[in-house]
Amino acid sequence: MTLTAMIVKMSEGLGRTCAIFFLTLLFSLPLGLLVALMRMSKNRVVSAITSACISILRGTPLMLQLIAVAYGPFYLFGYTLLVKEKLLAIIIAFSLNYAAYFAEIYRGGIESMPVGQYEAAHVLGYSKGQTFMRIILPQVVKRILPSVTNEVITLVKDTSMAFTLAYMEMFSIGKQIANSQSSFLPFVIAGVFYYLMNSIVAFAMSRCEKALSYYR
Amino acid sequence: MNILEIEHCRKQFDGKEVLHDISLTVSEGQVVSIIGPSGSGKSTLLRCATLLETMDGGSLKYLGKSAVRDEGGRAVYASNAELHQLRSCFGLVFQNFNLFPHYTVLKNITEAPMLIQKRDKAEVYATARDLLSRMGLSDREDAYPYQLSGGQQQRVSIARALAMKPKMLFFDEPTSALDPELTGEILKVIRGLAAEHMTMVIVTHEMAFARDVSDHVIFMDGGVIVEQGNPTDIINNPTHERTIQFLSRFN
Ligand SMILES: Nc1ncnc2c1ncn2[C@@H]1O[C@H](COP(=O)(O)OP(=O)(O)OP(=O)(O)O)[C@@H](O)[C@H]1O
Ligand SMILES: [Mg+2]
Repeated sequence: MTLTAMIVKMSEGLGRTCAIFFLTLLFSLPLGLLVALMRMSKNRVVSAITSACISILRGTPLMLQLIAVAYGPFYLFGYTLLVKEKLLAIIIAFSLNYAAYFAEIYRGGIESMPVGQYEAAHVLGYSKGQTFMRIILPQVVKRILPSVTNEVITLVKDTSMAFTLAYMEMFSIGKQIANSQSSFLPFVIAGVFYYLMNSIVAFAMSRCEKALSYYR
Repeated sequence: MNILEIEHCRKQFDGKEVLHDISLTVSEGQVVSIIGPSGSGKSTLLRCATLLETMDGGSLKYLGKSAVRDEGGRAVYASNAELHQLRSCFGLVFQNFNLFPHYTVLKNITEAPMLIQKRDKAEVYATARDLLSRMGLSDREDAYPYQLSGGQQQRVSIARALAMKPKMLFFDEPTSALDPELTGEILKVIRGLAAEHMTMVIVTHEMAFARDVSDHVIFMDGGVIVEQGNPTDIINNPTHERTIQFLSRFN
């Protein structure tokens, strides 16, 4: 198999890699915010349960979580995942795992906000929701952007974990080629692909940071 | 007419009472200064009056409408909707401005009147621009707070409070975060407001200013009002030992 043939074959999986990447971000970013708010809830039970979930999601490997979501239904209900449900399982596992990380980032950002911002808004008559959405959250987003960038870069690389479920994204295809051709080249190609994707991520995120640099 | 009536206000933090039975009435057009040593409870009193802190006992009224009533020594707050209404009676200017850094000067001033008071955009913008010109900041409406000096930021925060058309303004050490050379510009703005008979309660360490601008001075120490009255009397001829001691530090 030629190098070009390998690259072509592997790039066919890039769509799926991107699907994991974008769908995970789409769900985990809002979910993370919700989890952060639950974690900071005044209700002790809600906050303790959320905290425990975050701790488990961050304290166990993503690969185990993938396996749990994919094969858990079989051991619990005797239900075997259909091939077309693989992506769903991957997105669920990834979104939960990343939501846990994002939640802690959001929480750090929210807790770093000076209390004076809340008080100024409160005296002006802003409701709690208005204060959060208009005054706090926009400033939090700016503060946490560097940490979010780190997670997003990790996510690009983590998409390769989907091979655990034999989901044919770019890396799994590469691994298959590597096995059948006894070649190391597919891994080099995968490395280049991830590096390129992360260069795009880094560029996009630095544009976001620039866009938010109009205030301090 | 009385704009603000506080009666028998008590407040404790972690079992330690920091306000003991404070009563304070402010009538329309009156300027009241509160002076006193650090930790005497001045800010706490202002924070209770502006509903940032919940008092433990006593009552609080704006324009005769009850925000907090006393029920057997316990403070009972009105409903959130009622408190929301009453909040538009007053404005508060903070020591460290607390402007919204992600908003321009103009948006800092105009958002709350439009969003909270549902006032007409054209009217709010006209009001804001008028306030800015009175503050000498007409050319800075598109600036962000970080681009302004402390004195300019404080003037914006005064404009932000005034844009809500409050019945009275509270100031908590409005010049304490400023370099001495910027203090004057803020005091001048407050003097201007006093000349227009804006009702104000001002916590300050500027004794000469308190004497000149106010109709009434309150000296607080240890969570009680030790002495109050005519500004010249209190500041030039205090009678209580603690007032004398406190003021001697400023001469
Ligand atoms: N949130 C709080 N929790 C616990 N104690 C507090 C809190 N806020 C104020 N105190 C205490 O209440 C007392 C009065 O504080 P306050 O800030 O009202 O004083 P102040 O007169 O404004 O002083 P300063 O001139 O330094 O601003 C102090 O002993 C202070 O330590
Ligand atoms: Mg104070």
